[in-house]
Amino acid sequence: MISADLNIILPEIILAIYAMVALVGAVYTGKDALASLLTWLTAAVFVVVAAWIGISGAGTNVAFNGMFNDDGFARFAKVTILLSAAAVLVMGQEYMSRRGILRFEYPVLIVLAVVGMMVMVSAGDLMALYMGLELQSLALYVIASLRRDSVKSTEAGMKYFVLGALSSGLLLYGSSLVYGFAGTTQFSGIIQVAGEGHTTLGLLFGLTFVVSGLAFKVSAVPFHMWTPDVYEGAPTPITAFFATAPKVAAMALFARVVHDAFGGVVGDWQQIVALLSLLSMYLGAVAAIGQRDIKRLMAYSSIAHMGYALMGLAAGTEMGVKSMLIYMAIYVATNIGTFAFILSMERDGQPVTDIQSLNNYSKREPGKAIAVLILMFSLAGVPPFIGFFGKLEVLRAAYDAGLAWLAIAGVIASVIGAYYYLRIVFFMYFGDEDAEGLDKSRSPVLYGFLMASAAVMFFGLINLFGIEGPATLAAASLVN
Amino acid sequence: MIGLEHYLSVAATLFVIGIFGLFLNRKNVIILLMSIELMLLAVNINLVAFSSFLGDLVGQVFTLFVLTVAAAEAAIGLAILVSFFRNRGTIAVEDVNVMKG
Repeated sequence: MISADLNIILPEIILAIYAMVALVGAVYTGKDALASLLTWLTAAVFVVVAAWIGISGAGTNVAFNGMFNDDGFARFAKVTILLSAAAVLVMGQEYMSRRGILRFEYPVLIVLAVVGMMVMVSAGDLMALYMGLELQSLALYVIASLRRDSVKSTEAGMKYFVLGALSSGLLLYGSSLVYGFAGTTQFSGIIQVAGEGHTTLGLLFGLTFVVSGLAFKVSAVPFHMWTPDVYEGAPTPITAFFATAPKVAAMALFARVVHDAFGGVVGDWQQIVALLSLLSMYLGAVAAIGQRDIKRLMAYSSIAHMGYALMGLAAGTEMGVKSMLIYMAIYVATNIGTFAFILSMERDGQPVTDIQSLNNYSKREPGKAIAVLILMFSLAGVPPFIGFFGKLEVLRAAYDAGLAWLAIAGVIASVIGAYYYLRIVFFMYFGDEDAEGLDKSRSPVLYGFLMASAAVMFFGLINLFGIEGPATLAAASLVN
Repeated sequence: MIGLEHYLSVAATLFVIGIFGLFLNRKNVIILLMSIELMLLAVNINLVAFSSFLGDLVGQVFTLFVLTVAAAEAAIGLAILVSFFRNRGTIAVEDVNVMKG
């Protein structure tokens, strides 16, 4: 019995042991001299574990009396998380070692955060949910303030910590109410109590608190205020990490809680999620317009994108979950390319994040400018790039679920949001002639990621690289 | 007779005090950490009260997890606070303002 349970969470156990061995090993041997090696090794381990989960996993397995689920949904999210974390590690390695902030703790903390995320997306119980979420969050707080000698980085860590702890508190208070009024912490037990047609007031209160706590983690408006500051303050490779894996994990956890635990009372949470989605899309679209810092701009962009993903969730249907998963996968692929570009932006060896510095970029590096143009169009949702198909899926899911008003509002928000993506393209192609530009990038790794991501945006339109099939299976395993 | 609702009222009051401490406090980041701790402990009162009321041990197990995590969270919060203080020379909440907009 116990060995069967352990077998199901073997990937998590292996990663946790790997993190501890790497930590102790690095402390007793080379310390920061090993950091580069450890980063590459960790990325390789992530890719291997992702392949293992993706290939060998089958069916729905439940471990520890329902505390931990290994189903198609969890596997889809885990593979996305692991691959994006590996990509971010490889991308940021050179940037960090050149600036002397590549410490051996960095890959170790990333592994711990990833283990937390994997527990989150598999959680079948409020306790597993909380422990996974905290393991992820605590590691992320530290990573945000990794640059200990920088005011901005420590301030980012501080803001993230205080607001993150507040959100954990809200989530926990909600969990305690759900436990009290449902009499159990297991999702399978909660859905029986909540699915009897009448939700008690206490359960509804608990649900609202839990949803607010999760909205903090996915940075949905009105719980988004930490995002721009943390994105701006944290070192760029870490911002790239924040923009990808934790967002997927939090969104998957959101879907799991509302469907596994409250799937019987869709009407009770649908309005909350729809409102979060509407506000996120509009705030993300409008507030980014005035930004000059590309990292802040990407923060608002990610808020808007979370709005679209939540729209898929708000549909409350299997198709909604499927569209949300596809949307998140596309979002992550686009963001990896965009951040590969942001990491390569520098002048005289110093990182630059001002979008004015992109003036006339197309004259200097036409190939990269085309790639960035494709990525920006894909983020804005311009056809034929796959960002458009992601938006189309969520809009269709929302429309089919009777949320036509939300779908229409989403289209309008995406038109407003297109402005700031196009502004970057404008600077690159029609910017001021004599403005001081960027250095020629020297990194083949970043160039490779940028070009690969742009190619994915373009060639994905044929069949979305077949992710539709796994996403459909994943959604089917979550929504019954 | 003290019933479940009394415990829940106390917990809710403490939780709201914690949230207000986070938002209204303009002086000191340490007070933020104390407010966070207060919120988590209010949740613990809730969990233990429900656990005893339902006659179900799970709530108390949950409480132990929350206590452990709260300790780890306080440690990390203080660590970040120390490195912030080294850079900025102050821990006043209104000085946590290098980035805004």
